[in-house]
Amino acid sequence: MAEHLSSLRQPLVTEERSLHQITNEICAPMERRPTPLWWAGLALAVSALVLGIYCVTYQIKTGVGVWGLNKTVGWAFDITNFVFWVGIGHAGTLISAILFLFRQKWRTSINRAAEAMTLFAVMCAALFPIIHMGRPWLGFWMLPYPNSRGTLWVNFRSPLLWDVFAISTYFIVSAVFWYIGLIPDLATVRDRSKGLGKKIFSLMSFGWTGSSRTWSRYESVYGLLAGLATPLVVSVHTIVSMDFATSVIPGWHATIFPPYFVAGAVFSGFAMVLTLMIVARKVLNIQHLITIRHLENMTKVILVTGGIVGLAYSTELFVAWYSGNLYERFAFRNRAFGPYSWAYWTMVACNVGFPQLFWFKKIRTTPALIFILSIIINIGMWFERFVIIVTSLHRDFLPSSWAMYKPTFIEVGTFIGTFGLFFTLFLLFAKFLPAVSIGEVKSVNSFARHRGHGGSSHSTGHAEGEEPSHEEEEGEGQPGYATARVKAGAEGEVAV
Amino acid sequence: MSARVFVGWFDDEHALLRATTAAREDGLAIVDVFTPFAVHGIDEAMGLRRSRLPIICFCAGATGLAFGIFLQVYASAVSWPLNVGGKPFNSMPAFLPVIFELTVLCAALITVAALLIRTRLFPRIRAPKNLLARVTDDRFALVLSPASDTWNEKKAVAICDREGALSTTYEEVES
Repeated sequence: MAEHLSSLRQPLVTEERSLHQITNEICAPMERRPTPLWWAGLALAVSALVLGIYCVTYQIKTGVGVWGLNKTVGWAFDITNFVFWVGIGHAGTLISAILFLFRQKWRTSINRAAEAMTLFAVMCAALFPIIHMGRPWLGFWMLPYPNSRGTLWVNFRSPLLWDVFAISTYFIVSAVFWYIGLIPDLATVRDRSKGLGKKIFSLMSFGWTGSSRTWSRYESVYGLLAGLATPLVVSVHTIVSMDFATSVIPGWHATIFPPYFVAGAVFSGFAMVLTLMIVARKVLNIQHLITIRHLENMTKVILVTGGIVGLAYSTELFVAWYSGNLYERFAFRNRAFGPYSWAYWTMVACNVGFPQLFWFKKIRTTPALIFILSIIINIGMWFERFVIIVTSLHRDFLPSSWAMYKPTFIEVGTFIGTFGLFFTLFLLFAKFLPAVSIGEVKSVNSFARHRGHGGSSHSTGHAEGEEPSHEEEEGEGQPGYATARVKAGAEGEVAV
Repeated sequence: MSARVFVGWFDDEHALLRATTAAREDGLAIVDVFTPFAVHGIDEAMGLRRSRLPIICFCAGATGLAFGIFLQVYASAVSWPLNVGGKPFNSMPAFLPVIFELTVLCAALITVAALLIRTRLFPRIRAPKNLLARVTDDRFALVLSPASDTWNEKKAVAICDREGALSTTYEEVES
């Protein structure tokens, strides 16, 4: 077989596995009873969700006066949380679409969960502008449809309307992309399950048979969707940044906002992917599928995007000084040394300082440390949005209207509630759907691994002459039978 | 209607690829190849034509683009021209984001719909009837048609054995 093995290539599945074992391992969490840890997580998430539902109900019933906003600071917590959640979603699409186009095969074991994370994060994000409308039951007025008011159309020149289109397109396309990726795996689950489960998964798997004629078209469409999702993900945070950049508020009115926001989104998104994956690989027992190398690759992405974010911070400061614009200069001096300077320096420390620790290989390969750093980065990225929004507004052109902003219990509760929603959905996803792409992991199972025996044209080792039957074969292909494996430690090809 | 087909069973994608190529070169009619994952190079081995779905995708994107332009120009400049901050009614640069989003949305949704229609994938309660055992798990099935004129059982068995098939069987499948 013309398989050239480079000594630089490391197997993506770090332990020798048969295809059947991969199916078993990924389906196992769906087929066994949920663990106490899962129940505990769900209980916590649902309590947070209930708090959120209470807060949202209360504020819709009472009115927008329950927020800590005032005449000067008209945008604060809601929009901060909106941008925070949208940003988190971006890593999922980056992994599923952009890394796919770049043929980064290591993405296969993390893309499913990362895409699910995208969907749930976008759901959380979309809640905030809808709540922020004050009258969410009239939300459909944001859509351009023929109506009895004239026809009165929406204002297509407004970046807030671009958001409506960007976020809803992003959600729909991500959901479709995710589901198309799920279909072959749902068929795998269908063929393992019995009774009601079989019916449900038959319904969900659309009658998939594994035909190569279908696979061929499927792969073609998957590539097209990846090609469409790539500019889409860049457009979404670009448009979100235009909510600010097209205004004339010092601190917002900046042309670097689109790339700055996109880099920040990828930065925070990868941090969230790491937070989730480090827990998931342990709980689902799939450390050989989501390996240290995956974590390390993601930390490298964080290092790069964190660098871009740091560059953006310093560019902003430089331009504020170099422009000679008094208001711009004041806005940034106020940011760094004004009453919200604690938030500014938290942001700088979390986003520019701490990620530098990822230069050390020891830290890049220690899951516990990555986990802590990923949380720090997420805190930092939340503060970035808070700083951009609140510090630019709270001291405006007239000192007589300067004011401070403090979130109320309702606002904090709503934010906690979205975490509840996010983790509830993610825990349900990890329990009821294959959290790792079974088909894609199988396709990289033989990657960088000798499967043949010497010069023989037979490349199959373990199960020759066996009838295709349904009997279990747990014994075959035990991990530990020696393979020509390059020790993890040699630098492999670098991600992205 | 059910048909009797010849199936070569494999447990390795490389062996399957070699067998498929050999079967096609020997003129055996390949009905289909069933695999648990997308095997790279199976299109060439089976001699499949390139999918025409990218053309549909392009047309769908163009439709979305045209719709985006029409919707915004009609709404802002024809149906109810509204002076917003002294900007021209037809402010094309400001329309670009929505045009782009509609292009992507149309292209994605129509392409996926075309895929589902073309490959006859739709929700159904029962598992498909032509499903072979374990092909969604760990088996690769090369399905040949014994009904074709060029059928030669000896040749088919010889190819499968040479390339390391686990076994060869005849199966009844719904067509």
